[in-house]
Amino acid sequence: MTKSALPTLLPLLLVPLVTSSSLAAPQLQGAGATFPAPIYQRWIAEYAKAHPGVQINYQGIGSGAGIKQFTQGLVDFGASDAAMKDEEMAAVKPGAVLIPATAGSIVLAYNLPGVTKLKLSRTAYAGIFLGKITKWDDAAIASSNPGVKLPSLAITACERSDGSGTNFVFTRHLSAINPEFKDAVGTGTTVTWPVGVAGRGNDGVTALIKQSPGAIGYVEYGYASNNKLSFAELENKSGAFVAATPQSGATTLAATKFPEGVLRAWPDDPEGKDAYPISTFTWLLLYKKYSDKAKWSVLKDFVNYGLTEGQKFADQLGYIPLPPEVVEKDMAALKQIE
Amino acid sequence: MSGPATPTASNPFRRRGLRVDPFFAVTWLAALATVASLVWIVASILHQAWPAIQKTGAGFFVNSVWDSNRERFGAFPYLMGTVLSSVIALLIALPLGVGIAIFLSENFLPVPARQAIRFVVEMLAAIPSVVYGLWGIAVVIPLVQRWGGLLADHVGFLPLFKGPAYGNSMLTASLVLSLMVLPTITAIGRTALATVPKTLREGSYAVGATRWETIFGILLPTAAPGIVAATILAFGRAMGETMAVAMLIGNSPRLNWSLLSPAGTLASLLANQFAEASGIQVSALMYAAFTLVLLTLLVNMLGEFVLRRAQRATAGLR
Amino acid sequence: MSSAAAPAALSLKVGNRRDRARLSANLFWTVLCAGLSFLTLVPLFSIVYLVLRNGLVLLRPSVFTELPPAPGLEGGGVGNAIQGTLVMVAIALVLATPLGILSAIYICEYAPLSRLAGAVRFNAKLLTGIPSIICGVFAYAVVVVTTGSFSALAGGVALAVLALPTVLLTSEQALLGVPYALREASYGLGASRFQTIFRVVLPEARPAMMTGVMLAVARAAGETAPVLFTALFSEYWLKGIMQPAASLSVLIFNFAGLPYPHQIQLAWTASLILVALVTAANVTAQLAFTKRQPGKKR
Repeated sequence: MTKSALPTLLPLLLVPLVTSSSLAAPQLQGAGATFPAPIYQRWIAEYAKAHPGVQINYQGIGSGAGIKQFTQGLVDFGASDAAMKDEEMAAVKPGAVLIPATAGSIVLAYNLPGVTKLKLSRTAYAGIFLGKITKWDDAAIASSNPGVKLPSLAITACERSDGSGTNFVFTRHLSAINPEFKDAVGTGTTVTWPVGVAGRGNDGVTALIKQSPGAIGYVEYGYASNNKLSFAELENKSGAFVAATPQSGATTLAATKFPEGVLRAWPDDPEGKDAYPISTFTWLLLYKKYSDKAKWSVLKDFVNYGLTEGQKFADQLGYIPLPPEVVEKDMAALKQIE
Repeated sequence: MSGPATPTASNPFRRRGLRVDPFFAVTWLAALATVASLVWIVASILHQAWPAIQKTGAGFFVNSVWDSNRERFGAFPYLMGTVLSSVIALLIALPLGVGIAIFLSENFLPVPARQAIRFVVEMLAAIPSVVYGLWGIAVVIPLVQRWGGLLADHVGFLPLFKGPAYGNSMLTASLVLSLMVLPTITAIGRTALATVPKTLREGSYAVGATRWETIFGILLPTAAPGIVAATILAFGRAMGETMAVAMLIGNSPRLNWSLLSPAGTLASLLANQFAEASGIQVSALMYAAFTLVLLTLLVNMLGEFVLRRAQRATAGLR
Repeated sequence: MSSAAAPAALSLKVGNRRDRARLSANLFWTVLCAGLSFLTLVPLFSIVYLVLRNGLVLLRPSVFTELPPAPGLEGGGVGNAIQGTLVMVAIALVLATPLGILSAIYICEYAPLSRLAGAVRFNAKLLTGIPSIICGVFAYAVVVVTTGSFSALAGGVALAVLALPTVLLTSEQALLGVPYALREASYGLGASRFQTIFRVVLPEARPAMMTGVMLAVARAAGETAPVLFTALFSEYWLKGIMQPAASLSVLIFNFAGLPYPHQIQLAWTASLILVALVTAANVTAQLAFTKRQPGKKR
């Protein structure tokens, strides 16, 4: 019985592979949220330039999946946009430490030919995603935008179909500012939206918005800016309409109060006048105790690099640099790990 | 149809002679291993789905609300989505695929032209599902938006074409799915037609049948087992396709009978929610996977039924 | 492929009305069939054109030898992804092909009426409908959790599970397509069952079997979900099958979903490479396994 020619050529590749995989430098494996994956991978690449031989892998598979792999000990570090709940942290045998590593803003990008500036009040944007506001020339939107010609187009709300940290943060925010949303939809990495179409991933939602006139959806800042999508200025708690910029995001983050013990907080409804309403941290998940000291020393160095030098890549890639107070807290938390 | 001097028993170790045919034993082990691994998979799906089965029971198939936060799992819209998208995809792909298979197995065209078309259709099979999704977004969605809009305007009174016409819709996903399963039907169908004994063709022409009378009356029924096998594989692929459908179907959790509206399938539900799911939601998603297994069973039974009808008509020809 | 000539020169000038109707029906079906066939080629060319147009931009030799670039950086390649895909598809082939073909031989040649054969057919058909992500979940539970790490082996196992039903069902069809007369002739000459299967039936069924194997390979190479949960991904060259492995399908999935134009371009180039690789394997297999008999055209 013969097989195709392919396997006969493959032993050439396989022979060195089936032998044992011992490496000189430790290889670190991380998995988790897809949102910060680009910046983590950039850190890895830049860090590797200065430390040749070190191999660190990070793959975005989702915050929930990251927590799962982290809990089961199949990765050396995890990442999550939804941090970890107390029960989840308790389930991790060596103990878990949360380190906010980077941050970003979620913007409401829209597709309205001819409309370049749009202000959305809190009732407006919550109402859109609740399905209560269905046309662009609705009074709730028009009242915030005097002088702007809004077409009588139906609104297509674009959401995420896949479970994601972006969903979690956005629904958290909407639940915080709108009790009706909290009852009808609630918070979660996966929710059932009452209206609209859903796309897979930030890129799916971006494609949806680009292709449908009258569409509006929530995406991460980097996707909107790289795809030249217009996004709305949102009304924050103080009543000011703020656009998503690195500064407005940083203002929100700097004002976030972390509880004692666990570095976990979400600025669901920030107070300041210049604070952008939907910004969030994203966390690295580390074990409290690493049995492999060599691995931990490399990991510690890498995380240090990311928290200090690595922050300069944030702007370029569409993230918000961490405020210095947060970096300090992170360093303190890192010292707890052995 | 067993050969001479060999056991008719199914088990190579249960025979009257002294020597065990080693090759028989090897194939028997292979068959056992196949069944064992496949049973293992279905069993593990069932095992993981059990908590959700206990919680929702048969309501899973008829309820329409899927809300994982509130632990309400009704998969009817997704079930309908799977059935509808697969049926439409097969309705398009089956005639086209069999048509191309006929075209390639008869001598309408010279051999090099046939080889070229075959090559080109088999390239379709090589395209990864993510790329189908990307192509769908780039090419099919704008087309469906435009023509779907026209359809909705003119025949929108029919519930099947009620507007508004979305680009990401059941129609888009079904069209792309049909393209994805086409190579399967074409390749296997062509093989099935090619292996019909020459004598049947010659006999048919000898009694004065035209080419197409031969094709419809003799060749297709004889090749029916192969074509049905191809259809079952194609159905399986269509029902189980996760990535491309998730990118194109609009992922709406609401039941909507219009082809021009967004919808969802069981497989795309799995693709979207599995990575982030925890607790009972994982179990519910496994229940959805088990539902797909049941659906496949139904499709298979239908296939067997169709096959039996076709074989009754051609009994004795082989 | 019929070597019997179809009725020549369909002339509509025959006198008999019913025969004219039959001949025009014949013409109608030919035109319809040809038309539909060429119609189907349109979307196909559209896809191939899109992949070529977007993928050729970055197609350079460095793409095959370099590692993926970090987000925000230019350059780089997909070398390790090619290596990973080749390794995992090879593992899948090694696992699924013997299992599938041997099982098909069992259910066709040795004991077609046995309960085991019935069970094999039933199970194989049932598993055609399993979503690809479940194959990944299964391999995760069986390989990743027990070995404690993501690995190329787990990815290969997931793809093998995906490929097995296709290989088995098409092999069964291939074996059924071999005329009884050949087997009977072989037995008549005194061959044993083993010799008949190996020397007569299998060579005859080989091209059709290879079609099935190639369909399975094409599907396996292009699937993302089963590989993502088992082999994860890696930024480096693969040094052992027990390590996480990059693959073209996961790379395309990752990069196409990023907002950075260079990575999106690279995703298209990776798609082009994947399609080219699978097509090349397909063509090679068919060239290698097409039987050539003197005086007989297939």
